[in-house]
Amino acid sequence: MLQIPTWKRVLILGIVLVGLLYAMPNLFYQRVETHNDAITAAERAGFETPEQAAARSLWPDWLPSSLVNLGLDLRGGAHLLGEVNVEEVYASRMTGLWPELRDALAAKRDVLGAVRRVPGPPDQLHVEIGNPDQMARAVEIARGLAAPVVSLSGAGASSLDITAQGATMIVQLSQAERAATDDRTIQQSLEIVRRRVDEVGTREPTIQRQGKDRILIQVPGIGSAEELKELIGTTAKLTFNPVVGRGTDPNVQAGLGNIVVPSMDEPGVYYTLAEAPVVTGEDLTDARPSFDQNGQPAVDFRFGPQGARRFGAYTSANIGQPFAIVLDNQVISAPVIRQAITTGSGQISGAMTVDESTQLAVLLRAGALPAEMTFLEERTIGPELGQDSIDAGTKAASIGTVLVVGYIVASYGLFGVFASVAVIVNVILILAIMGAMGATLTLPGIAGIVLTVGTAVDANVIIYERIREELRAGKKVVKAIDDGFNEAMSAIIDANVTTFIAALVMFFLGSGPVKGFAVTLVIGIVTSVFTAIYLTRLMIVFWLERRRPAALVL
Amino acid sequence: MAFRLKLVPDNTKIDFFRWQWLTTGISGLAMVASVIIVLTMGLNFGIDFKGGTTIRSESPTEFSVSEYRDALAGLDLGDVSITEVFDPSFGPDRHVAQIRIGTTNETGSVTPEELNRIEAALREVDPGVTFAAVESVGPKVSDELIRTAVYAVGAATIGILFYIWLRFEWQFAVGAVTALVHDVLVTVGIFSLFQLRFDLTTIAALLTILGYSVNDTVVVFDRLRENLIKFKTMPLIDVMNLTVNETLSRTVMTAMTTALALGALLIWGGDVIRGFVFAMFLGVFIGAYSTVYLAKSVVLWLGVRRDWGKPEKSARAERDELSGTPFQDTP
Repeated sequence: MLQIPTWKRVLILGIVLVGLLYAMPNLFYQRVETHNDAITAAERAGFETPEQAAARSLWPDWLPSSLVNLGLDLRGGAHLLGEVNVEEVYASRMTGLWPELRDALAAKRDVLGAVRRVPGPPDQLHVEIGNPDQMARAVEIARGLAAPVVSLSGAGASSLDITAQGATMIVQLSQAERAATDDRTIQQSLEIVRRRVDEVGTREPTIQRQGKDRILIQVPGIGSAEELKELIGTTAKLTFNPVVGRGTDPNVQAGLGNIVVPSMDEPGVYYTLAEAPVVTGEDLTDARPSFDQNGQPAVDFRFGPQGARRFGAYTSANIGQPFAIVLDNQVISAPVIRQAITTGSGQISGAMTVDESTQLAVLLRAGALPAEMTFLEERTIGPELGQDSIDAGTKAASIGTVLVVGYIVASYGLFGVFASVAVIVNVILILAIMGAMGATLTLPGIAGIVLTVGTAVDANVIIYERIREELRAGKKVVKAIDDGFNEAMSAIIDANVTTFIAALVMFFLGSGPVKGFAVTLVIGIVTSVFTAIYLTRLMIVFWLERRRPAALVL
Repeated sequence: MAFRLKLVPDNTKIDFFRWQWLTTGISGLAMVASVIIVLTMGLNFGIDFKGGTTIRSESPTEFSVSEYRDALAGLDLGDVSITEVFDPSFGPDRHVAQIRIGTTNETGSVTPEELNRIEAALREVDPGVTFAAVESVGPKVSDELIRTAVYAVGAATIGILFYIWLRFEWQFAVGAVTALVHDVLVTVGIFSLFQLRFDLTTIAALLTILGYSVNDTVVVFDRLRENLIKFKTMPLIDVMNLTVNETLSRTVMTAMTTALALGALLIWGGDVIRGFVFAMFLGVFIGAYSTVYLAKSVVLWLGVRRDWGKPEKSARAERDELSGTPFQDTP
């Protein structure tokens, strides 16, 4: 095993060199980060400003510039775990279906008799049919409105589940459609959260789906979790609804298909609105902050062609009637339609500050969250605390390395120096791989690296102790070293595989700090086996070839 | 002859089974005691597992915990605990407190209004105070976090058990797992005894201890297997003693390097991860102890088949034949 072919030697040294090259940017963290930020900013804008060019020249373009991401606990920022209330969407789907179903059933009024909606759970439509003996026909009509489910698991299933109970037909989303809807809701929420966070322009936010209906959001550099929550927690659901009535009683009988919504500006005033909106925020193509004719902050918006047509048709048919602009279940304003609005643009004004109008425009532009989010976990870490942790971690890691190196050199002499080089290369490789993978370094991760420093030596210790024994047994130097490596192999492999199992479990089951720790541990195991076995052996072989020692003190 | 630092002499002939009734007994007692302590005293769960909010405050001037407590008393926050945090790296103008507030509402997190009130109340008694970190976890998540943590430790144990069984004999697997259950239990017991904060990072530490402990045990087992083949007629107990003596230098060496690295973190790594590092530090020593004294005792008691090819004898028969009673000293 002590004959190492040249290509292998080149490969081993090559890996170490590439590792060094890729770990290097982390030494110049600030500089490289400015360089990288300038490049992304220039790419986004499509041109490069002189300042960006100056920032870019801080670090040569031809050198690797991948950095280890610093976790929130090291950089400071906010962390939120939100749960999307996916059931909300079922109800709004039913509300949206009702006008269509009503029209389809009403077209067969001569057969079915009078049709009306009766109260039921929000995620179901309860429809009473005038001629119960024609129920089969009604169900058939309703079924005509269903569409096949588009999803991998539920393919072929119908989107609606229709049952009859006496004179009442009950329509709800089928199980397959619910699953598909949940998935869409989460995807849509993810996308919208991402757009909102991007609008604020922070660096490298993490926005991930977790489990069935959760979203994990980590934004470095943001002031607090509250700020982040305000930005993404608002659903920003904008609708334009016909006004049925206005009063001061929140418990007024709204009538079927109507809802009672409080006013935002006038306390104690409640509007009764038709539940089905004329147009919604989804029909918007643009929204920007502006001022109204009185110089008050306002938001200008513009509909897409479809929304403009619907809005135009409604306003021309209802001149003189009020309609309500509803944002997140509050009536912002309820102007009276003076003339048909066919241009497809309009303005929202109400009591708001310039900041609020800017924020509202951002939210409207990014789109509404399909469902509300509740927050299960929130963490804010101040940037100073993060910097303290980096400083403390770096200091501890350096002292720890010096102590360990001192101890192995004192124990094994020259071979201890080899092992020390291997350990230091090991840390460099861990940083290089983490940088190249875009993995995140957290505070427990730093502890993981320090622990790896301690345990990476273990493989070398096993080998050296074995060589000592072989020497004691009277073997020649080369033979003893060769046997030492061979005999130690199975122990090293078993030991590392078991640690690897624990690390994998941590990675897949763990969350937050546990996961960050597992990442460094897994990478550390792989690199430490490489450095302890291949790199140390190569160093020893070089030494044997140069010195050809007759005796070895270990 | 060049100088070599050797904590363990070249040829040791320590009889590790001499005080077996005592050493294994201590392990057994420690495990039982840990279970009792955890059951009676409970664990000092952090917000990860209990839900609630923690606030880390920093102030340039000295403050007293009771002053803070009085400031928050009027806010009707329920269960509030305030501890002062000390660290050698803090200068004289740095005073850190950890304020923990139990769950007050359904979502578990303190509302923004409450948070503002808390911060305002503290600023009143201590104008220079700043808030370095605020974290809240709702009860829904904390329940899940406990569950996944338990799953994680369980799954890792089973995975390790299975791997060792595959590579060695089942007796070795049982021995190694007994040792690691011992290490985890005793560490948790110590956390309960001193009411140290037990949170997600502690679980990460426990899992590392698990990996480290098995690592340690497996290296010894690997040598034991080799010796069992080499010395076919030597009594099991003697083979084991030989093995532990042969690997003693390595066990001590690795425990030392790991302890040096962790010791540096413990002293200079800052107060934020001190609990995490402390758990691992503890685990390294408990792990080394269980490797030397517990894992192989279990294997000895279970007996090992060494005459592959011949029909299997009962473990007890073999043990009696090869080593006399397990409590007997070696000649």
